[in-house]
Amino acid sequence: MTIQEKQQEVVEEFEMFEDWMQRYEYMIELGKSLPLIDEKYKIDENLIKGCQSKVWVHAELEGEKLAFTADSDAIITKGIVAILIRVFSNQHPAEIIEADTKFIDEIGLKEHLSPTRANGLVSMIKQLKMYAVAYQTQLN
Amino acid sequence: MSQQTQAKTFEVEEIRKDFPILKRKVNGYPLVYLDNAATGQTPKQVMDAIVDYYSNYNANIHRGVHALSQEATDKYEQARIKIQKHFNAEKAHEIIFTSGTTHGINLVANGFSSILKEGDEILVSAMEHHSNIVPWQMLCEKTGAKLKVIPMDLKGELVISKFEELLNSKTRLVFLNHVSNALGTVNPIKTIIDKAHSVDAAVLIDGAQAAPHIKADVQELDVDFYVVSGHKMCGPTGVGVLYGKEEWLEKLPPYQGGGEMIATVSFEKTTYAGLPHKFEAGTPNICGGIAFGAAIDYMNKIGFTEIAAYEQELLEYATKKLKEIDGMKIYGEAAEKTAVISFNIDGLHPYDLGTLMDKMGIAVRTGHHCAQPIMDFYKIPGTVRASFSFYNTFNEIDLFIEGVKKAKMMLQ
Repeated sequence: MTIQEKQQEVVEEFEMFEDWMQRYEYMIELGKSLPLIDEKYKIDENLIKGCQSKVWVHAELEGEKLAFTADSDAIITKGIVAILIRVFSNQHPAEIIEADTKFIDEIGLKEHLSPTRANGLVSMIKQLKMYAVAYQTQLN
Repeated sequence: MSQQTQAKTFEVEEIRKDFPILKRKVNGYPLVYLDNAATGQTPKQVMDAIVDYYSNYNANIHRGVHALSQEATDKYEQARIKIQKHFNAEKAHEIIFTSGTTHGINLVANGFSSILKEGDEILVSAMEHHSNIVPWQMLCEKTGAKLKVIPMDLKGELVISKFEELLNSKTRLVFLNHVSNALGTVNPIKTIIDKAHSVDAAVLIDGAQAAPHIKADVQELDVDFYVVSGHKMCGPTGVGVLYGKEEWLEKLPPYQGGGEMIATVSFEKTTYAGLPHKFEAGTPNICGGIAFGAAIDYMNKIGFTEIAAYEQELLEYATKKLKEIDGMKIYGEAAEKTAVISFNIDGLHPYDLGTLMDKMGIAVRTGHHCAQPIMDFYKIPGTVRASFSFYNTFNEIDLFIEGVKKAKMMLQ
C-alpha cells in the first residue's frame, strides 16, 4: 500500500467514530497495544525534545524501504505515534519525503500537530522526513 | 454548610457576570477555567478602562503640553498611586511600572551587577519559577557571586533552619516567591525578611502568585523589593510593577537607556532623571498601567479578605474531592496554601490527563510549570495543576472532578 492508501485507510477507520471520546479511546488503545521501539533505542540521541511528553524515534533501512520504530511516555502521544508509524513505515524514502500529513486534520487530531502544542509531534514528523532524506542520499 | 450557602454569601454568580469569557464554550462544553495561576481573566470594568483610554485620551505622557497628553499623564500617575496605596508603599515613586514580574526581577538583578563582587553570596529558594532563578544565575556569572539554595521538604515548605545556616555576613541578597506557582505554598516571608536583614542582606520577593490572593503591605513586611504582574490580578498582560525601597532604587543604576529616563543629554554626559522615571525608559505601556489600576480597584471592591476566604473554601472542597480518587498524589501540602493544586495519578502522564480534560472544556496546566527544580525534587516529569480564582464555583469543581475521573477511566 502506498502512503496515500494507508492514510485513506486510517481516515476511513476514524470516520466510524461518532465523537471525540471514541476517537481518543481508539488512540489510547493503539498506544497501549503497540510495542513500538526496542528498549536499546530509547536513548537520548533518539529523543525528540517536546516540551511535555518524550518521543523517541529510530529508523532502519530494510532493502529499499525505511522502517520506523518509536515510542512516547504519554499514551495519547503514543497513539498518534502509532498512526504515523503505520502510515510512514516500510515506505520508500522518496515517498516519505513527498508525503503530507493532512490526514491528521481529517481524523480530528489537528490540535496535536499545532506547532505551539508542546508534545513533540511536529518535531517527530520533521525527524521522520530527515531520516528519509538521509537514507535517500544513501540509496542514491 | 452546604455548597449553595457558601457560594451565596460570596455572590459568585454576580461576580461572574463581569467576566464575559466565562460564558464561553470550549469543545462543546461550558468552559471551566482553572488555569488562573498562569493568567487571570479580565472583568468588563478593566476592558472598559482600555476602551476608554483608546477612545478618549490616547496620547504620549509626561512631555506633551496638549490636553490629551495631560489627561493620559494624570490617569497613568493616578494608577501608580492606586498601586502604591494597594501595596502600602510609602512613596509613589517607589512604584516602577514594568512589563511584568520577569522584567522587574531582571531590572533588580542587573542593578546588583554593579554592587556584588566575587565571594558574595545570594540565596534563592528551592521552589522558584525559572524567572526568579535564571536572572540571578546570569548575575553570578557576571560578578563571581555564589548562588545558594534554601531547601524545601516533601510537604513543599521551605526548611527555615537550613536558611538560617546558609545566612552569613557574605549574604548580600535573598530572593524567593511569596507563593509558589507550582505548589501554592505561602512562604513565611516576614520571618525570612527579618532574618536576612539581621545580616544586612536585601530581599526581593516575587509576588506574582501572591498578589491575586493576598494584599501585601510592603512597609509592614519591610521588604526591599516586591514584584508583581498585572495579568494575574485581573489586569492586562504586558504590565506589572516593581516596588523598591527608595534608598535601594536610588542605589541601583538604570536598566535601560532611552527617552523619559534622562534629565539632560549631551554627547559628553547624560544625567539621569529621578525616580521613578530613571527606570522607565521609553514610552511605557500607558494603557496597560491605567488598566492595571482599574484591576486593582476592581479586586479591592470585592475585597481581598472575602476573596481569600472564598478561595480557601474552594481549595478545601477540591482537595477533599480529589483525594477520594484512587492513585491520587497531591504535590505541595503546606499548612498555608493559596488555591492551587498540583497533582498526578499513579501511572498516568499529566499531558494525557490535561489533553482529555481540555476536550471536556476544562482548562488546567500540565508540565513542569517553569519550575523544573521542583519537579526534579519530586522526581516527576510534571504535574497537572488546577488553580482557582474567586470567580470559580463549587459546581465548576464538581465538573473538574468528574473530568479527572472520566479522563482516568479512559486512560487506564
